[in-house]
Amino acid sequence: MATYTLTVNGNKHRVNVEDDMPLLWVLRDEIGLTGTKFGCGRGLCGTCTIHLDGEPTRSCMTPVEYADGSEITTIEGLSNDVSHPLQQAWIDEEVPQCGYCQSGQIMTAAALLKRIPDPSDDDIDVAMKMNLCRCGTYQRIRKAIHKAAKGI
Amino acid sequence: MAHPTVSRRDFLKVSSTAGAGLMIGVFLPAKKRLVEAGLVSGQPFEPNAFLAINPDNTVTVTVMKSEMGQQVRTSLPMIIADELDADWSQVKIAQADAHPDKYGSQGTGGSGSIRRSFQKLRKAGAAAREMLIEAGANEWNVDKSDCTVSNGKVVHSSTGRQFTFGELTKKAANLPVPEDPPLKNPKDFKFIGKSMPGLDTPSRVDGSAQFGMDVQLPDMLYATVIRCPTFGGRVKSFDAHEAKKINGVTDIFAIEGGIAVVGTNTWAVVKGQRTADIKWDHGKFAKWDSSRIRNMMQKKGLGNAVVAREEGNVAKAQEDADNVLEAVYEVPFTSHATMEPMNCVAHVNNGKCEIWVPTQAPQRVQTTAAEALGIPEEKVTVHVTMLGGGFGRRLFADYVIDAVEISKKTGKPVLMLWTREEDMAHDFYRPTSIHKLSSAMTKKNRATSWSHRIIAPSISAQRSPETFSKGELDRSAVNGASNVPYEIPNIHVDYVMTNTPVPVGWWRSVYNSQNAFANEGFIDELAHAAGTDPYKFRLKLLKNSPRYLGVLKLAAEKAGWGKKLEKGRGRGIAVHKAFGSWAAQVAEVTVNRDGNFSVDRIVSAIDCGLAVHPDGVRMQMESAIVFGLTSTLKGEITIKDGAVAQSNFHEFELLRIDEMPKVETYIVESNEAPGGAGEPGVPPVAPAMTNAIFDATGVRIRKLPIRPEDLRV
Repeated sequence: MATYTLTVNGNKHRVNVEDDMPLLWVLRDEIGLTGTKFGCGRGLCGTCTIHLDGEPTRSCMTPVEYADGSEITTIEGLSNDVSHPLQQAWIDEEVPQCGYCQSGQIMTAAALLKRIPDPSDDDIDVAMKMNLCRCGTYQRIRKAIHKAAKGI
Repeated sequence: MAHPTVSRRDFLKVSSTAGAGLMIGVFLPAKKRLVEAGLVSGQPFEPNAFLAINPDNTVTVTVMKSEMGQQVRTSLPMIIADELDADWSQVKIAQADAHPDKYGSQGTGGSGSIRRSFQKLRKAGAAAREMLIEAGANEWNVDKSDCTVSNGKVVHSSTGRQFTFGELTKKAANLPVPEDPPLKNPKDFKFIGKSMPGLDTPSRVDGSAQFGMDVQLPDMLYATVIRCPTFGGRVKSFDAHEAKKINGVTDIFAIEGGIAVVGTNTWAVVKGQRTADIKWDHGKFAKWDSSRIRNMMQKKGLGNAVVAREEGNVAKAQEDADNVLEAVYEVPFTSHATMEPMNCVAHVNNGKCEIWVPTQAPQRVQTTAAEALGIPEEKVTVHVTMLGGGFGRRLFADYVIDAVEISKKTGKPVLMLWTREEDMAHDFYRPTSIHKLSSAMTKKNRATSWSHRIIAPSISAQRSPETFSKGELDRSAVNGASNVPYEIPNIHVDYVMTNTPVPVGWWRSVYNSQNAFANEGFIDELAHAAGTDPYKFRLKLLKNSPRYLGVLKLAAEKAGWGKKLEKGRGRGIAVHKAFGSWAAQVAEVTVNRDGNFSVDRIVSAIDCGLAVHPDGVRMQMESAIVFGLTSTLKGEITIKDGAVAQSNFHEFELLRIDEMPKVETYIVESNEAPGGAGEPGVPPVAPAMTNAIFDATGVRIRKLPIRPEDLRV
């Protein structure tokens, strides 16, 4: 057990947890931000993706001790009012079905657009292929990323 | 026989509570009575919405069906709002708690949410509209025929005076419910047939949608469960000593389903689960694996079968035939693998139980929890959260028992979460199956007989062993096989039950996924044997089945059927009817020399009658195609040492975005009664794929999933 300081969506949090507790559970169980989801616990599905110091990161595999002092952005921090171009594009294209994986999809896509503002289909494949969606919304995800890219 | 008089009023119920205004339920506590009176048959009559018009002028539609991505919380309100002539901005949704009979069946399955409630929801909306008109007419003291409704207002046509719904609702609530409210002419629909924006979509892009595992209660504990990996096995002993040393683990104890680890956060219980030292009695099934199951099925498949359909004389047709074609098709067990693993929040306290759960069967959760706790059903409250996928898995309530047992034992609210590994190891799998087909062909290449033997575990028998103790016909197991639509004079379809301890369950499209693979692969073989284009071969044998023809022609036309493809590419077609809808698909593939292949495009046509929410239908077709491709190309559950061999997504793979073909969906224009949309798109995928591969390579795939090595010639 130790105390860690994390800046999550601009707010400072001090948490007293086990060193090896993955950020996913710190965010969900300790801080109460449940928008980041649990899918596999082994970095295989992308459902838990957050930004750690701007980099897309699997929170289920990232122990809190590696994140001490870091800036974290979760789906809740992408915008205050669903105004991020990706959120708008996701709404316009009716991307989500059950919606469970979409926090991770959107966070992965947001990191992609920061790096490549107008990604090609291949860029999208490379960035997004580790994010699984059992409802099969991939075609709309691709379309929405292109649409958001045009709006950024 | 004299029937007791039951008026149509029994279908609608009105109630008024102080301040609440008009509430209309499509209601059926009298279902039994109606069945006895012969007014409804044993067919599903499933009311599933409740409508309240509030004094603040909002319209609340309580949705009784579970939302798992099929947009039911948008499409059901659309139906009511249309007949009500509400303004879409007035419409609010609420999710119904479980109730034994208030709403009829709340089970969400069989692609039935719309098709089993369309007319009833329309009537509920129309009745409320008529009552609001009458209330307005009374207020103005005018004839109601001079009043209309539009966009949430009652208007007196002659003078232009208006009331909002909110202003009239308390008056309307005191009026008699119209017995047979007039329904709109479909050409006047304002929402039905239009794609309204998903009411839940914004909450699904900002993390605010609440799924089962997002529920957080004061003083809540976290828990996970370890079950015996071997089916039929049980706990012999366990040593909790090391696991209890983990910071945050508060308790470990045995429950009916296995060993429960409880703690103050999820990470602690996951570590506890990994550390707990459990000795299992693996039981007899530990000696079984997939190949032994397959051998058992093949052997049993040679024995007695129960007949599902018999027409003409297949044996004679085969005797008279010039040639008899035979083929065996096979599919493996496969998993639902919802992205949200099974979980349930329960609080057992003071002889009562409150549950928050992502479920497709709220009433089953209620009865299951009541039984597990030995308390009356009415002491169990079940709140339905959003579901992170369902596909049939969440029709079961097994994991609910874990949650209520742990809460009872700890006396605290508990969030019980299965890890992905537990979820994958303890699913109710799509049954594995073997299909033996044969057909008699004449010299002129006419098919004169069709035989199909289905050898598979029975879902019904696993649920009701007594009813099926002698291998009786499980009707669902032959669904999509006994109703093979092709006009062939002699038909024989039968079934051999081959149960194992592997749990089996309803998996998106149920047995239609296996049976369509066999039917549509084999009919393709017959076409090629006859030297006929497989699309035209189907048209000829379906000439009296206009809705099959409709989707086949639409898919073929949009796909450019018949246009030549370059070498290495192929096109395949398949058609299937299930859950009240007809679906045809054309798959296009490119196969490389090394056997690796890509799926380039799938053109999909559906006739689901009147499409209430066309974009919702397109979403379901896209989704069904990805689901179907995953089971055709990847996800397979195998058994090793009596347990599931796959543990997580590295071993049970799902289709990824870079493997996603271009999917085009075309909906047949129709004013027929709505059919299902969630499942009908799954069955044609596998056969369209294997038929396309045959077209590209000449290799006939009869066993799923397709492996590149199968294609190396």
